[in-house]
Amino acid sequence: MTIQALINARLLDPATHTDTLGGVLIEKGKILDWGAHIKKDALPDGAKVEDCKGYCLSPGLVDAHAYLCEPGKEHRETMATAGMAAAAGGVTTINAFPATEPVIDDPAIVEMVMRRAKNTCAVNVCITGALTKGLQGAEMAEFGLLAEAGAVAFSDGQFAIENINLMRRALAYSCMFERPVIVHAEDPGLAAGGVMTGGRTATFMGLKSVPTCAEAILVERDIRLVKMTGARWHAAHLSTKDALDTMRRAKNDGLNVTAGTAPHYHALNDLELGEYRTFARVSPPLREEDERLAVIEGIKDGTIDIISSQHLPQSADSKRVPFAQAKPGVIGLETMLPVSLRLYHNGDVDLLRLLYTMTVAPAKLLGLEAGALKKGAAADLTLFDTEKPWQVDGDRLLSKSKNTAFDGHLLQGLVVKTFVRGKAVFER
Amino acid sequence: MTNTDPIRFAHRHLLDIARLGATDINQILSLAEHYAVIARTPDKKRDLLRGKTQINLFFENSTRTRTSFELAGKRLGADVINMSVGSSSVKKGETLIDTAMTLNAMHPDVLVIRHGDSGAPHLLAQKVDCAVINGGDGSHEHPTQALLDALTIKRRKGRLEGLIVAICGDIQHSRVARSNIALLNIMGARVRIVGPTTLIPSNAAKMGVEVYNKMSEGLKDADIVMMLRLQTERMQGSFVPSIREYFHFFGLNKEKLSVAKKDALIMHPGPMNRGVEIDSEIADDLNISAISEQVEMGVAVRMACLDLLTREAAT
Repeated sequence: MTIQALINARLLDPATHTDTLGGVLIEKGKILDWGAHIKKDALPDGAKVEDCKGYCLSPGLVDAHAYLCEPGKEHRETMATAGMAAAAGGVTTINAFPATEPVIDDPAIVEMVMRRAKNTCAVNVCITGALTKGLQGAEMAEFGLLAEAGAVAFSDGQFAIENINLMRRALAYSCMFERPVIVHAEDPGLAAGGVMTGGRTATFMGLKSVPTCAEAILVERDIRLVKMTGARWHAAHLSTKDALDTMRRAKNDGLNVTAGTAPHYHALNDLELGEYRTFARVSPPLREEDERLAVIEGIKDGTIDIISSQHLPQSADSKRVPFAQAKPGVIGLETMLPVSLRLYHNGDVDLLRLLYTMTVAPAKLLGLEAGALKKGAAADLTLFDTEKPWQVDGDRLLSKSKNTAFDGHLLQGLVVKTFVRGKAVFER
Repeated sequence: MTNTDPIRFAHRHLLDIARLGATDINQILSLAEHYAVIARTPDKKRDLLRGKTQINLFFENSTRTRTSFELAGKRLGADVINMSVGSSSVKKGETLIDTAMTLNAMHPDVLVIRHGDSGAPHLLAQKVDCAVINGGDGSHEHPTQALLDALTIKRRKGRLEGLIVAICGDIQHSRVARSNIALLNIMGARVRIVGPTTLIPSNAAKMGVEVYNKMSEGLKDADIVMMLRLQTERMQGSFVPSIREYFHFFGLNKEKLSVAKKDALIMHPGPMNRGVEIDSEIADDLNISAISEQVEMGVAVRMACLDLLTREAAT
């Protein structure tokens, strides 16, 4: 077995806080060694050398939140197309959410989906099982059996649990299986029927809106339940200042809670909806500018632990309708890193901290052996150029659905090559 | 004929175990042991309670407890009346206190009450002139069950003190668990409770027990494994997701039992849900299951309670 040597790379490992010129040695799909000492003139005999030309080489990204649509919604996305999009975005592990048909609320479906992913998806897939049966918000799903089948977390995806007693019991019950509960932080009563964020723009556009406090109210409610039950809780996507303030307090109190956000919440605001652009309709909705700035602040100070794509493919048909009828959701596997690099270019967040939110933090949340450069670990790696300018063309993205919110946007930074277990799954 | 005995019971009612002392419990158990012997002889009938009236007032459906109390009373010679909710004026809207006053006017000597509300026997005891025995109140206590369990354990193991007793399942809603925890603590056993987080009451450890969420840990080296019944309405997603998940993690089978002591005794207050909390291979194994013996001891314990609570001072 030959040894692969990736040299002349800017090694970025958030787990060890490493930012240095060096290389990685790969043998049998695993990291044999890595560091500044891996150089051209000090390689094992017969190594297959690859010059990284000074590009950044980081652990493969772990996307903590994506919808793969398979089984049941293959017209929107398949494991195969999602895998290609992920590889093109430097994502080597996808956490797939259970909003499939059938819903992933049965151990047999977990096994089936994992097997299918192994056969058809270019990158690793882990499974988040349903929090309630059929995502109906009425009865707890079989956490224990799902966990034994391989589910790494539980979530009802885009649905918040309205019944507070059910939430209390689900949190208490989840404690036994040491898996996080991932929630959509939006009070369902306040959010009902709303299609955009409450505020000036909504008033002018005449669209039914969700007040920003809907997020803080649910976070506040759940955090009190976490305090009582001791559950491991994660807010999938926070987008408002108030909710982040609540998170800050909870973290200061020492609760085992974490928060995520998505690139569109730190990069876009509700003005994107001008001309009723359904492709910018997401749930929770894009917020006003001051909320967006609060999200960036949250990423900076660590209140937000994770950036995930919230990749949710929707067919063109479900977007080419009047705004309020359009389905929420944007694709994001391919643009998660480039869009998030804006934070680095703008000087808001340093590169290691930014990568931390897409590697170490999600891996930790999901209990995965990933997201770090480690001897013996699978050689899942992302090689990217932080500087390359490009323009997003929705039609050229690899996802089966093209519902990006960033169509036409100018971005800086691009994935050059992606490795899964040492094998190149994408190369530009 | 009166039931006189120099050794009277220190309490007027039997409302809960928590207010008894070790002496009280030993007094009941040793008398019950005596009745257990009589129950195995051909002539089981005594006339200690002749002329006395025992009313079984059951606001909740029950077959085994009611029958056991009825048989106990009859074997002691009492006149036993069974009143169940279905045929009573309670259905017509009468309050518990009005029912109590009505029955009291009939001069009963013992009232056995089962009620779905915790504390109902206590309320009744304040309003009537006779002895009240709690036949199970809400999620509070079921004192005669704990006593019969204790008698069963004592007969099989020779003692209660120092034994490791694991009570498994729905602790939260179980009156059997609360009575057993109280009794076993008083008698110096080591009590563990084992169940899913959703069925363990908050502050459970304050009851003087060790709390476990895994059978493999909770059953380790246990002398006694007490299984509790999981009620159907709690299985479908509200407290536990499903029967199959519950059985997988908390149903007692040979494999889960293997970490307990070799001679561990299995108990269940009945009625059992086979395939939910207990596997048939365990329930039907007479070497390890004391379930039939529990029923037998139930009659003896209730005879002892009826005897003690109707004793009058010798003149």
